Amino acid sequence: MNKVLMKGNEALAEAAIRAGCKCFFGYPITPQTEVAAYFAKNMAKRGGVFLQAESEIAAINMVLGASSAGVRAMTSSSSPGISLKSEGISYIAGSDLPCVIVNVQRGGPGLGGIQPSQSDYNQAVKAPGHGDFHLVVYAPASVQESVDMVFTAFDTADRYRIPTMILSDGLIGQMMEPVVFPEKTNDIPEKSWACDGHKNKRKHNIVTSLFLEPDKLEKSVLQRNEKYKLISNNCADCETYLCDDAHIVITAYGATARIARSAVNEARKQGIKAGLFRPKTLWPFPENELRNSCKNAGHILCAEMSAGQMVNDIKLYTNCSVPVSFYGRTGGVIPEPEELLREIIKLSEGRQ
Amino acid sequence: MSVIFQKPKSLADVQTHYCPGCTHGIIHRLVAEVIDEMNIEGTTVGISPVGCSVMAYEYFNCDMIEAPHGRAPAVATGVKRADPELFVFTYQGDGDLAAIGTNETIHAAARGENITVIFVNNTIYGMTGGQMAPTTIPGQITQTTPYGRDPKTNGFPLKVCEIISQIDGTAFAQRVAVDSVPHIKEAKKAIRKAFENQKEKRGFSIVEVLSSCPTNWGMTPSEALKRIREEMIPYYPLGIFKDTDVWNK
Repeated sequence: MNKVLMKGNEALAEAAIRAGCKCFFGYPITPQTEVAAYFAKNMAKRGGVFLQAESEIAAINMVLGASSAGVRAMTSSSSPGISLKSEGISYIAGSDLPCVIVNVQRGGPGLGGIQPSQSDYNQAVKAPGHGDFHLVVYAPASVQESVDMVFTAFDTADRYRIPTMILSDGLIGQMMEPVVFPEKTNDIPEKSWACDGHKNKRKHNIVTSLFLEPDKLEKSVLQRNEKYKLISNNCADCETYLCDDAHIVITAYGATARIARSAVNEARKQGIKAGLFRPKTLWPFPENELRNSCKNAGHILCAEMSAGQMVNDIKLYTNCSVPVSFYGRTGGVIPEPEELLREIIKLSEGRQ
Repeated sequence: MSVIFQKPKSLADVQTHYCPGCTHGIIHRLVAEVIDEMNIEGTTVGISPVGCSVMAYEYFNCDMIEAPHGRAPAVATGVKRADPELFVFTYQGDGDLAAIGTNETIHAAARGENITVIFVNNTIYGMTGGQMAPTTIPGQITQTTPYGRDPKTNGFPLKVCEIISQIDGTAFAQRVAVDSVPHIKEAKKAIRKAFENQKEKRGFSIVEVLSSCPTNWGMTPSEALKRIREEMIPYYPLGIFKDTDVWNK
């Protein structure tokens, strides 16, 4: 297929249809509304289901139902809406159901604003709902990557029977870029566990997250943890840029990583050995690759569109072996490359 | 020797956790008999909610999904939209359907969602130990209305069939009771009708069943049945509130 120019949110939706998403349930919220609008326009004529739910809560529970019935299902929202979905996300995780959830992040807390933000890192990675569980979290930094990650997210969700999240932001969702779509997916695995009617051919299936006996609940949580170990080994992904000889490594994901890349290029022009480490998955975090990328670094600068969330993980995964600074803008303010460059220069002068 | 009476095929042969004298058992049986008679066990998916009936997934032999509290109609919508050929029913209590899940219930009805809702109204939260429900009758004593429900502070009960029958997407709404043999027969007929409506794709169907909770009402099973007759039916009149085909009126 040829390159087409497309908005991030719309490309996400087109990718999902091609990835075999049969049901999409959503609720309007800025800045992700184009995802639902694209499905509304295209889903029915391509054999799928689009339904505007009465609430975010209903939407995620419709996903729970459709996924239980064995089809690929998806919902999308933006920050305040994800908070509402968190109950359903926990039940989906506890019921070992696959699905894809998109968060096109905006500024918070509360109603916050509608401009791009990355202040839901902790929510996505640490606490997407109550209980012991994880989402696999993908962080696209371009429209093309949004498309590619939707395919990966559906495949990972089905392979491990877990919910996955595309943690986008208002910038990646709203901008237009050229994009190439992969061919339609045909290899969706059989789901022998699904509640799609036993047709008198098998014992009845039950989808539940309820285990009243503590030892049974513990067993189910620990089994899921075994799965998480596999996922940590198989799914962590990142991009490194000029890190091999870097004295200063910027860590950034999503939209901020693009800005950080410009700052790194400018710093190199000025003779500063800067590099960029960009996690593509936030959970599992590519921690080995982070440590490798910082082998020669005297300083790490973590840049985020938040008041400082991923920075704590950077310290954790490097065992604080390298000093870690933070630079963030939040509330919907997007940092300029010059702001990051200034920080890099400050750190490099501190080194000398 | 021929068998003239047996457990419905779609009801699992297991001990249930329901209290002695609770009428959930009767209602389970009626649903299972309808599934058997229509020969649809293999194409039926049931949704059990949070509340006493959450364990229903162990008791029915069709595929079963446990929903978060109040969300059964949304989960049912997801299943039905994924495969419209399946028969999908929810089995919900009063707290689940008429308090935390009011929104999901009303909007599933408004969409004319082609599902069957079995609504078990016993005017109390059973599983958590007897708190005020959205259907608790004025004056009724519960753990959270220890001096009796006073509408001035606790508000008025919701009359679900009356509300749901006002919605254009509702095909069928009937209130029944399981306090006596004639009422149980009537209840069975209503449940059958609510499942037949799915086959005919007539829209949203709900059967409200007035049910007992001897444990949390502090009554013997027979006193509890008497309460259904003497206190509940006068407040929640039985009958068909709506019977239509949403799409071909």
